Parts: sequence; structure tokens; C-alpha cells
Amino acid sequence: MSRWRQETRERARQIMARYPQKRSAVMPLLYLAMAEDGYLTEEGMAEVAELVGITPAQVLAAASFYTMYKREPVGRYLITCCTSISCMLLGADDVLHALEDAAGVPHGETDAEGVISVEHAECIGACGGAPALQVNYELIESITPDKARELVQWLRSAHPEVVGTDELQNLFGGSPSFDWAIREDFGAIGPYPAFSPLGTAAPVGGEE
Amino acid sequence: MTSYPRVVTKRMEEHPDDSHTIKRYQATGGYKQARRAVRMTREDLVGLVEGSRLLGRGGAAFPAGLKWSFLAPGRPSYLVVNADESEPGTFKDRQLLERDPHQLVEGVIITAVANEVHHAFIYIRGEYAKPARRVQKAVDEAYRERFLGKGIFGSKYDLEVTVHLGAGAYICGEETALINSLEGLRGEPRLKPPYFPAAMGLYNQPTIVNNVETLSNLPHILEGGVDEYKGLGHDVDTGTFLFSVSGHIRKPGNYELPHGITWRELIFDVAGGLREGRQLKTWIPGGASAPWFVPDDHLELPITKDDTAKAGSMLGSGAVVVMDDSTCVVRAAERIVRFFSDESCGQCTPCREGTTWLEMILRRIETGQGRDVDIDLLLDVSDNISVGLAWPPKMTTICPLGPSAVSPIISITKYFKGEIQAHIQRGVCPLA
Ligand SMILES: Cc1cc2nc3c(=O)[nH]c(=O)nc-3n(C[C@H](O)[C@H](O)[C@H](O)COP(=O)(O)O)c2cc1C
Ligand code: SF4
Ligand code: FES
Repeated sequence: MSRWRQETRERARQIMARYPQKRSAVMPLLYLAMAEDGYLTEEGMAEVAELVGITPAQVLAAASFYTMYKREPVGRYLITCCTSISCMLLGADDVLHALEDAAGVPHGETDAEGVISVEHAECIGACGGAPALQVNYELIESITPDKARELVQWLRSAHPEVVGTDELQNLFGGSPSFDWAIREDFGAIGPYPAFSPLGTAAPVGGEE
Repeated sequence: MTSYPRVVTKRMEEHPDDSHTIKRYQATGGYKQARRAVRMTREDLVGLVEGSRLLGRGGAAFPAGLKWSFLAPGRPSYLVVNADESEPGTFKDRQLLERDPHQLVEGVIITAVANEVHHAFIYIRGEYAKPARRVQKAVDEAYRERFLGKGIFGSKYDLEVTVHLGAGAYICGEETALINSLEGLRGEPRLKPPYFPAAMGLYNQPTIVNNVETLSNLPHILEGGVDEYKGLGHDVDTGTFLFSVSGHIRKPGNYELPHGITWRELIFDVAGGLREGRQLKTWIPGGASAPWFVPDDHLELPITKDDTAKAGSMLGSGAVVVMDDSTCVVRAAERIVRFFSDESCGQCTPCREGTTWLEMILRRIETGQGRDVDIDLLLDVSDNISVGLAWPPKMTTICPLGPSAVSPIISITKYFKGEIQAHIQRGVCPLA
């Protein structure tokens, strides 16, 4: 018997219909499982296995290959700090230390309140706006250690429902990799990518 | 500064506020070429692209038309767009995805028709949530206009497009790993042969894999014709090329340029040169996998595929990472090697073990624990990953990721040996 809500099961069916073979839906379904439980649980993986008709071990084998499937609980806000070459050259290590200091946890961990997780990552494709980081995969370019501290405070006090990249960039960012030009209409609701086929993209508030 | 003709970044430059919308796309001539392509034959389309000598922009610079001509007759065949852009220093596809997604969708339609594909996938790295939303929106709009779906452009041709998100694994950019990932498996590269997914790819069917920038060029090749396209380029490097410039540079960014200008022009004129009071020390000409260049030897070199290869490096996916005289080369090399070690899929021993060793030795030098034998050790371990340390590297592994990790080692031991020695002897960075 499925533990997933009717709505989630319906969404899973729609996702599977996007692929010629059900197994190709494993990756989006794993995101769906994360969105359902907050992180990727054993039960979530079992659900995915049943939906696509493979064993839970096969699902685990796939899931464990990818860093964005979190098999341990993560905070409401996942801060991913790039420390690859271009960001490192422009001070990424100091940004990471500032994040760890402000959050009160070393990278790879989540604060006691379950609000903030800090991790470091390889290049996130924002090297022209180095150093860069993401909050729930919404980008901030050219951040500084001080702004990184402010970001942590702000997330703790403002507790945004939807994390929007333009708001983050305006409050904490500097010069971008390229002109973003147009404001983005959607943002993230949890520590997984905000993407409409997954039902995880929510409108960012206040503009219309 | 000289201005250069733009192709794939033209619309976003001229119409920054709405270059991503279908309205603007069509108002500027968009989808006319896809509409035309639907009425053309496979032979004509493949011939046109072969004639343009369009080279793949995903790193290997393989001729797109030639790849398409390899397509095995088995059906169904598939198209997979590689939007996994993850090589440190590279951020050009992100701009194309965010700012002109319809240009890509039109390229997808043209490529699908040319290869008799009825289902295409756009595989976007998971961290690119915003670019993925923009592309999904463009795809939805194209469906609404019946440019995608059943009977596109009023023809009998059906084409489905699925936007797929990755989940954080650089190796999925390698085309056979990408296909495994799209099948719901671990993103591990497949053993070759078959050498080309065009013979056997997704679901063991013939599959074309092309990069975002490659496909974004197609509407322009059809629109302007082969000669105009070739005329934009330099000799065998036809068309324009997107360079992502980052690091210690005044004006980082993506620059669409013809080949043939010099590195001096790119770094000092186009990208504004170095920061106040700083000197150019070294740069990576083509992404983390490429051997580095230095001012004395390479600044006046024209940026072409051949000149770069002759000088022992490559343009790859166009990522230029500039380092000034404040850079500790041990630390820089450590960071790049760490990337390959983090991202190794672990199937091949030389890659899995070798990258771990290289990272450890570099870190120990960086933190002042280096030993005199370490430089030889670095070269020894490198030689085990890529025999003879040749360029292009000899392959001992399933994919080129392992051998790529050797590039920074070759570079720093060739150009900065004294600095590494000083680092080891003093136990601290000589620049500190
Ligand atoms: C380790 C590795 C990573 C790669 N990453 C990418 C990538 O992120 N994007 C890309 O387009 N090609 C990447 N490639 C190249 C692809 O395997 C493939 O050659 C390319 O997508 C083909 O498209 P093109 O001919 O249009 O360039 C990578 C190759 C290797 C070996
Ligand atoms: S070379 Fe490295 S990344 Fe490539 S297949 Fe082998 S282990 Fe995997
Ligand atoms: S190196 Fe940090 S975003 Fe690319």
C-alpha cells in the first residue's frame, strides 16, 4: 500500500508518462520522494522501486551515486557553497568558513534546529560570479564572507516560504556571471530543485 | 575594443528583457527554420550541417554532421541534449538555457527531424533549477503552438521533448554515463566499443548526443546558409565560440568570439585584463581538464583548435580560468585534482586510486608536510593514470576523466617547479 498522498501518486504517474520506459523516471521520482518526506527515506525509495518495477536495492544503487539525493535529514535551507577553482581563487574558502561559523556547524552538517545545512560542492556553473553559492539550488553570485553570515541570520529570522534567486541575489550577491536581465517567477520550497514537473516550483511572492 | 559578430548570444544582447519568451523569439524570426526543416529530407539536413563544419561545443569538438551521419538505421532513435555543464570554469550553457531557451528548442527540432527522432531529452544538471524552469517553460510554449507534440508545424511529424534533471554528478556529462543516468542507473560511463551512442545508445537504440551550444547554432546555420556560417569563423574553426572567462580577471563573463584572436586580445582587451597591480601568472585555456598556458610561451598564440593542440592543450568547452601572481599553484592544482577525485565514478583503478593519491600529495605539500620526493611521486602517479604523460593523453581508463586529472600536475611541474620545491623546503607557501 502506498504511503504517498493521492496527489503525489498522481504526480508520479504524470512523471512516468514523460518517459518511454518507466525506469527512466527513477531520478525525478527520487526528487518527488524527497519532496514528500523532506529527504530520501527507505520508504520513499521502496515506493519508487514499486512504481517503476525494480528492487529497492536497485533504487538505492542509483540514488547513492548522486550527491543531490540526501539520504539523511537536511535543514529547511540547504546552503551549497562552491569551492572549486574559480571560486577558490576569489575567496570561496573564507565564504565557507563564514557559513560554518554563522550556522554553528561544520560543512556536511545541519544545525540543531534543523533550519540550516551547510555543504561545499564542486563547480555550480557560476564561475563568472565567483564566489558563488546556492540556497536550495537558488543561486547567489559574488558573495562575501560578511554577506554569507548575513544570509544565515536572514534565513533564520525571515524564514522565507519560497526561496527566490532574485531576492537572494539582491540582498546578498554582487556582480553576476552575466546579466540576469529578467526576474524569475518561481522559487524553491525545500532542499531540492524547484522544477514544475516535480511540483516543487512555487511562485515567488509580492511582485505581480 | 573590437566588436565581434554575435550569433547565439545576439537576441539576448538586443532584447535583454524578453529574449526568453516565445513572443520575442518569433518576432525575431524564430521557429522559421524548424518549420522549414520539417519539410526537408534527412540527407539535405545532414549535408547542410556537414557542410557548415559545425563542431561540437561540449568539449571534444567532434563534427556534428559527421556524428549524425553515423546514426544506425535501427528505430526508434533518440536525441539527448547534453546540458550537464559541470566542468569547473564553464558557465556558457547556463546563459543559453536561461536567456534564449527557444533557440535551443528550435535546434532540438531541427536535429530531431534530421535524425528521424521522435523523442528528445534535454538532460540538465540538477543544480540548474532556474535554467531548467526556463527551458521547461519554453518547451511548454512550443507544445502550445504545436511546434512540439503531434503533427508539428501542421506536418505529419511527431516530436516529444522531455526535460530531465540530473542530481549532482559531473561524470554524467560524459555521453554514455548520461545515457545510463537517463535510464535510471548509476551514471557510470559505458565500456567502448560501441564508440558512439549513434550506433547504440539510450535503450540500446541509436542516439544522438549533442551539447546545448552546438544545437543553439543550428537555426542560424539554416537561416544564413553554410557560407555565411563558415565566414564567421576562422579556417577550420567555423562559426563563433563561447568562452567562459573567470578567475583573477576584471571582466569575467561569457564572450562569443571568432577563433583566431590571440590570448592577449582575449585576456587583456576583451576581458579587461588583470586586477590593479597584478600580473598574469598562468591560465587554463579550456577547462579543468586542459594543461595550463603561461604568458612567456602562449600570450601571442592565436586561439584556434590546432594552435592550442600544437602547444599541448585544448580549448575544450571554452572555460578560461585566469590566475594572477598572487596564486599558489600548488593550491590551485590541488583544487582541480580534488574535483576529479571527487567526481571519479570509481570504475577504473588508475582513476579512482590515482586521483586520490594526487590530491593527498598536493594537500600535504600545501599544508607544509611535503617531502623532497613528492614532485617525482606526483609525476609517477600521473604516469600510472596516463602512460607517458603525452598530449592528448593516453587512455588507460574507460573515459577521459582519469587522464584529465594529470593536466594540472604536468602544468605545475613544467612551469613552476621552483615554486613547488620552495613550498616543500620552507614548509609554507613561498607567496605567503
Ligand atoms: C568527463 C566528461 C564530462 C563531460 N561533460 C560534458 C558536459 O557537461 N556537457 C557536454 O556537452 N559535454 C560533456 N562531455 C562531452 C560529451 O561526452 C559529448 O562528447 C558531448 O556532449 C557531445 O556533444 P557535442 O558533440 O555537441 O559537443 C563530457 C565528456 C567527459 C569525458
Ligand atoms: S576514468 Fe574515472 S570517471 Fe571515467 S569511467 Fe573510469 S573511474 Fe569512472
Ligand atoms: S568554480 Fe565556483 S561556480 Fe564554477
